[in-house]
Amino acid sequence: MYLYDHYDQAMVDARVAEFRDQTRRRIEGTLSEEKFRPLRLQNGLYLQLHAYMLRVAVPYGTLSGAQMKMLGDIADKYDRGYGHFTTRQNIQYNWIKLEDTPDILADLASVEMHAIQTSGNCIRNISADQYAGATADELIDPRPYAELLRQWSSFHPEFLALPRKFKICVIASDTDRAAMRLHDIGIQIVKNEAGEIGAAFYVGGGMGRTPFIAPLVKAFVPLDELITYSEACLRVYNRYGRRDNKYKARIKILVHELGVDEYRRQVEEEFAHLQTLAIEPPLAELERIKTFFADPAYEAGLSDDLDLSNPAFAAWVKNNTAAHKTPGYAIVNISLKPVKTLADGSKQAGIPGDATGEQIRVMADLAKTYSFDELRVTHTQNIVLPHVRKADLFTVWEKLVAAELAEANLDKITDIIACPGLDYCTLANARSIPVAQKIAERMADKAEEIGELKLKISGCINACGHHHAGHIGILGVDRKGLENYQLLLGGCEGADTSLGKIVGPGFDEDGIVGAVEKATQVYLANKEGEERFLDTYRRIGMNPFKEAIYG
Amino acid sequence: MADVQFLFREGEEAVSAPTVALSAFAEDTNATAVVIEPGEDARALLPHLDRLSLVEVTFPAFTDGRGFSSARILREAGYTGELRASGDIGVDMLSHLHRCGFDAIAPNTPLDLAQADTALKTWPQVYQATVVDGRKPIWALRHGL
Repeated sequence: MYLYDHYDQAMVDARVAEFRDQTRRRIEGTLSEEKFRPLRLQNGLYLQLHAYMLRVAVPYGTLSGAQMKMLGDIADKYDRGYGHFTTRQNIQYNWIKLEDTPDILADLASVEMHAIQTSGNCIRNISADQYAGATADELIDPRPYAELLRQWSSFHPEFLALPRKFKICVIASDTDRAAMRLHDIGIQIVKNEAGEIGAAFYVGGGMGRTPFIAPLVKAFVPLDELITYSEACLRVYNRYGRRDNKYKARIKILVHELGVDEYRRQVEEEFAHLQTLAIEPPLAELERIKTFFADPAYEAGLSDDLDLSNPAFAAWVKNNTAAHKTPGYAIVNISLKPVKTLADGSKQAGIPGDATGEQIRVMADLAKTYSFDELRVTHTQNIVLPHVRKADLFTVWEKLVAAELAEANLDKITDIIACPGLDYCTLANARSIPVAQKIAERMADKAEEIGELKLKISGCINACGHHHAGHIGILGVDRKGLENYQLLLGGCEGADTSLGKIVGPGFDEDGIVGAVEKATQVYLANKEGEERFLDTYRRIGMNPFKEAIYG
Repeated sequence: MADVQFLFREGEEAVSAPTVALSAFAEDTNATAVVIEPGEDARALLPHLDRLSLVEVTFPAFTDGRGFSSARILREAGYTGELRASGDIGVDMLSHLHRCGFDAIAPNTPLDLAQADTALKTWPQVYQATVVDGRKPIWALRHGL
């Protein structure tokens, strides 16, 4: 875990003081809402349908137990007792009072947290692989590079009024768990032929109304030029990104309109110039940061044996744990997508990504006791305990069961990504949460049989629910004043990134639930061998699905 | 044209020479002061830096940050004359403008002086080397550079 030194703490404290002053001026009326808006947005404060919403940054999705506990306490103290984990590995609170926000930021600063640049047209919180540092399939822990970029991008004076928001993701594994190529800049830490570590830059990906998979712009940027190259990418965008139409203002449009070769040429020109200016932190700074991400003190020689005689525990182990790089340890995924079975046999699904203050504190305690005081937030709106001894898994599971956090459905059809939708969001055209709940309730008993199926729901074209990247994607639109849902198939956010295609005319709320069910039936009827839904779709194509759904 | 409210040029007064538009500047060989609008390329001025005493970079809307890049580009190229930001400038932009190399600020609406003073002192240190603001970034302080 990265720990602040007095410089980092002073910067965050300065931000709290600045925002306290801005909020005071807003409440007094000397600062207009128009002028306050971009200021509050750069502190993650939105004005939503019913109240202010505060989005708190979780840099590269990594948290300590104390930080997690604070998130739970904030939910209870300032909100309605729950928080919502987001697809950007952050957490947001939906019922915040403007006058409380400086105090919330001060509480966050006391545990080395903040809401800096979690919104607005600036470089946003940097995301990363949630298994970083724990998985065997990565080249190196990507988080030190993300932390270096976090500091560079915080209050960067040239890039605070970009054409549009800017999202950076850093991974170091070919198994892309962070949707890297769907970011404005996706960075994969790689090794070149000489055996040196560097960064591959993919620029111009994104979802929204015009989705693009980021093309490779530079295959190898040496580690001592990471910041300089990033700055070149950003400067070209700040100068030439479109500002005439906010729907065409993301860097993906610039890269697409210029063509990747021309964008690359302009960046190289700027890069050559910036290299003469000595703006790059020394490698010693990267080494300093790396020391914070050294492996925890794993016990050696632990057994990998597990007693799986309890079937519910066995199912949870199978679905929700992943291989750890160290023998005797496991990566634990805590699903925030519960589906309860009620006394009458009916199902009741939770709100994807929501956790109560109490549940958040339970997870914080588990991290402290069983996971070297570390947690991760995933872009799929779940939580990870990255380093749990296999010998402790049963105890951890029992405690999760008691807190209603033990749903064994990771990457199953009920593990749905959903944006807040029309229940909260001013941009939304349709509700996402009730659709997610209905699908989860309808499909819960089939989830195990269907296997891996990533279902993602957005309540509008802005695609916060990643519908383009769902094996099944759902897009809520407004059709003549009625909520209408389009069905997409074939998207994927992993190493084999692809964008979903719309199947046909949209549905009402019940219709879309039925259409999803039919799509799964087509899969089960056509599945060969170990194929996942996505594999079958890729093999047989859209038509069999279309015929079953509309025929 | 708004007046310069803040000038960070020791012992100097704001340049009063008449400005010309960038499009007219190349032809008008007597001009020593020029205005750059957000869509214009500051690098077009690089061959002429010697004869410039004022570059005014406009911010028609405070949400359009192209002027920040224009300023740094000019300073990075060695421009030492007055670099003026004008237009829709709020108090909360001051420290960022200053860090990008602006040394004269001409807001459309004059800013509250006490608030401006607070805003300029907001950041005890900085994370980036912009080079042009003369400040050592935090990484340099950490490593004694």
